[in-house]
Amino acid sequence: MPKLKFDILESTCIPLPLENIDTDQIIPARFLSATSREGFGENLFRDWRYDTSGNKNDAFILNNQNYKGTVLVAGKNFGCGSSREHAVWALTDYGFRAVVSSFFADIFKNNSLNNGLLPVVVPEEFLNDLLEIIQREPETRIRIDLDKQLFSVLPPGESVEFEINPYKKKCLLKGLDDIDYLLSIREIIAGYEFRNKLKRCESK
Amino acid sequence: MTPKTLFDKIWDSHVVRTIEGGSDVLYIDQHFIHEVTSPQAFDGLRARGIPVFRPAKTLATADHNIPTIDQDLPIKDELSRNQVETLNENCKKFGIEYFSLNHPNNGIVHVIGPELGYTLPGTTIVCGDSHTSTHGAFGTIAFGIGTSEVEMVLASQCILQNKPKKIRITVNGELQKGVTPKDIILHIISQMSSGGATGYFVEYAGSAIEALSMEGRMTVCNMSIEMGARGGLIATDLTTFEYLNNIPSLANRPDFKSLLLSWRNLKTDEGASFDREVVFDAGIIKPMITYGTNPGMGMAIDEVIPRINNDREGAVTLAKALDYMGFRPDMKLPGHQVDYVFLGSCTNGRIEDLRAFAHFVKGKKKAPEVTALIVPGSKRVEQQAIDEGLDKILSEAGFELRQPGCSSCLAMNEDRIPAGKYAVSTSNRNFEGRQGPGSRTLLASPLTAAAAAITGKITDPRDLLNN
Ligand code: SF4
Repeated sequence: MPKLKFDILESTCIPLPLENIDTDQIIPARFLSATSREGFGENLFRDWRYDTSGNKNDAFILNNQNYKGTVLVAGKNFGCGSSREHAVWALTDYGFRAVVSSFFADIFKNNSLNNGLLPVVVPEEFLNDLLEIIQREPETRIRIDLDKQLFSVLPPGESVEFEINPYKKKCLLKGLDDIDYLLSIREIIAGYEFRNKLKRCESK
Repeated sequence: MTPKTLFDKIWDSHVVRTIEGGSDVLYIDQHFIHEVTSPQAFDGLRARGIPVFRPAKTLATADHNIPTIDQDLPIKDELSRNQVETLNENCKKFGIEYFSLNHPNNGIVHVIGPELGYTLPGTTIVCGDSHTSTHGAFGTIAFGIGTSEVEMVLASQCILQNKPKKIRITVNGELQKGVTPKDIILHIISQMSSGGATGYFVEYAGSAIEALSMEGRMTVCNMSIEMGARGGLIATDLTTFEYLNNIPSLANRPDFKSLLLSWRNLKTDEGASFDREVVFDAGIIKPMITYGTNPGMGMAIDEVIPRINNDREGAVTLAKALDYMGFRPDMKLPGHQVDYVFLGSCTNGRIEDLRAFAHFVKGKKKAPEVTALIVPGSKRVEQQAIDEGLDKILSEAGFELRQPGCSSCLAMNEDRIPAGKYAVSTSNRNFEGRQGPGSRTLLASPLTAAAAAITGKITDPRDLLNN
């Protein structure tokens, strides 16, 4: 499976100013029966996008034509709850390339990085200002420069640096994944197993 | 030697190597898989043309997407049936042990791992499911992973992880009557908030934790993820060893004695330091209930729902949650109507939970307007409940025991709570729509669930215990 690469992204944003958005909201469990990674975008935020009879909920931001873009900006603790990677697949399948928040749930963050969806962590105050700006002016563009680890509001608006694990950054920039790396060290892993077995025999 | 935490002892001994940026290649001793989060991982192996590296270290079960009645019949829903069959085929093809539907060892992954002796102290355990933290009750590092990581474990028996920070949550004192391990953890989460332990791994300690049975400890560790923690563990002690000694497949192992010896030192050294320490008093914990749409929105059952303070963060989120639940600030919950009761899940679907529920409802009658789903966590739990006559007690009180599975915890099958209905649930998540689109979940203990099932209303279980 070729991984999505990430370097520089310029886009408008979609604001979702709620905290603790859990993966059950991102993709409800009843859509998890598929055995492939494709097609989850259709049901992204299903129960917020549509009412129980299947009609579009006009009040929800994804149904508001004024807001477009490949960057989702959400309240803190985004992606909490279930470990389902389907949540990330739903976001990328819908077209998102980055999610901005003041912090992410751990498993969601790992899942994002493993699928080329960039989780951008910004300070809480910056996040609140950003949410306000993009809600007020939907045409506001932002720029994410992964190599420089810089998130900026355009035209030269405010900028913040963001953190990312250097190994993960390299993987994203080059489109590499962890499995390639782990496969390349299988002998070292076997060596670890062997040493452990010896240790256990000695302690008997 | 510098004193070490239990977490550090286990983690450090499983690091194969550390790479640039500080990520560790962590060796996994035991891997559990189920039908929902594994198919895409096997597809990944096929695409690369590689085998499973250590098939004997992975165990599979079908639990999330299965019916809880008529399990001997083919699964009705085509997609669900296909997903369970796909797991079956993948296990056959890649040589993985699989407890399929109707197998006497089948059940929820976090219930069967411990009861069958796959969960061993001092080990690392992962599963494509966030409640893998349950296994931490045995002094293990156990946590949930995504499907890409499931593929990594299948391919190499390792994953790349950053070492989390450590927090010790100490609960001292004695629990009051009618207060259960579920109330301990709901209380902790309500104080910590649903993201309060993000980035941390928890060690639970203190006299109240030590006094718990293994089932109770599993309930506590299970919900660690609901405050954002990657997992939670508890040091091994006599309670742990007794539990393990009662699993014949383990106790009969020729190396069981030496294993027991090696587990003795699985505790945090005196003076070891944590990044954070929090202390709770068990004596003040009351039966808990949630009023909102994440497990952090919980309170003692006799408290009132908090006010929405617009100057405080989270006001919009709280307002949305109360609107969804049909509740108001300052409201008291006891007396509020209940439509459904769910006893089950990897949080409260073990034999002790069924016993507690059955003893509570014994000689009483289910409220006619309540629909109750009583779902054992595994085939073994189901069998034991029958052996102990719990099924009879339940049926005399108007309840029926279903077949094991995740059931209404995530409602992938037909066990859904209809829109707008209120469910008192012993599961672990009250997210919007978790138990079915539009469903309203109130998380609580098996006793509080039993009290609601009898009265048809949210009820403090202590009111019925004293009569
Ligand atoms: S019972 Fe619920 S929480 Fe536990 S494994 Fe099943 S779906 Fe997950």
